[in-house]
Amino acid sequence: MLIPCPHCGPRDVQEFSYQGDATRKRPDPASTDVHAWHAYVYDRPNPAGPHREYWQHIGGCRAHIVVERDTLSHEVLGAAFASDLSNQGGTRP
Amino acid sequence: MVERISPLGAAFRPGRHGNLTAGPGVQLAEVTPPAIVEAAAWPGQKEALARAVAGATGLALSALPNAGAVGEQATAFSIGPHRFLVTGGDDLTARLTEAVPLETGTLTDLSHGRIALRVAGPRAEWVLSKLFAIDFAAAAFPVAEGRATAHHDVLAQIQRTGPDRFDLFVFRSLARAFWESLCAASEEAGYEVVR
Ligand SMILES: [Zn+2]
Repeated sequence: MLIPCPHCGPRDVQEFSYQGDATRKRPDPASTDVHAWHAYVYDRPNPAGPHREYWQHIGGCRAHIVVERDTLSHEVLGAAFASDLSNQGGTRP
Repeated sequence: MVERISPLGAAFRPGRHGNLTAGPGVQLAEVTPPAIVEAAAWPGQKEALARAVAGATGLALSALPNAGAVGEQATAFSIGPHRFLVTGGDDLTARLTEAVPLETGTLTDLSHGRIALRVAGPRAEWVLSKLFAIDFAAAAFPVAEGRATAHHDVLAQIQRTGPDRFDLFVFRSLARAFWESLCAASEEAGYEVVR
């Protein structure tokens, strides 16, 4: 499996470290809604198909990136710097 | 200043080794420069940082991904989205400190933390291809460009400093183990360790 790092170009998956689901949304830190926190910490849809996830190019440029990956085929549909997406109001881990 | 001692120790064996039927295919050397500095830009400041580093070193340095420049006295190459590895003489850190304003980025002197190993010669691409999962062909990795990659857990920041010459910057504490891997990978092509 190759991941197209936005800085380095396509690299072997072994250079990357998986950092988790990039679709979950952290509740407001002031929230005391137990169900919202439970969902944030534990609930994962685990889709068979396209999935959005954080990876870090740990054996390369060290950037954190968001990768769109098909969990059935391992086809990578896109990759972008996590910092750019966060700055555009995207989700944070 | 504290004198640096090569971490390669007894593993550094000058002379010709391995399969020499076609002559040594590569020359291996330690080429650690007097100064190694990591320059990191704040978000949106990479172009400004590239200009500042260029001003301090006389290099024509671009802010594009993987870009680099090789000069007589200094080298620099991209090692990440906002970062360059810069090498030069004893005055490099002072020059960069002068040239890079606080609002542009930060500097970290790595002169005692990294060493540089040179792989040169007609089989250099072939030997390095055994160790790293990146494309070393000249079309994919042109002269002066840089790549950040890893051999298992050993991070390596690599600059192509000539048509058949690569300089690899590795952590000092892992350098001897990596050097031994490099020598083993070079056995088949034959190698000459040069001072
Ligand atoms: Zn990368």
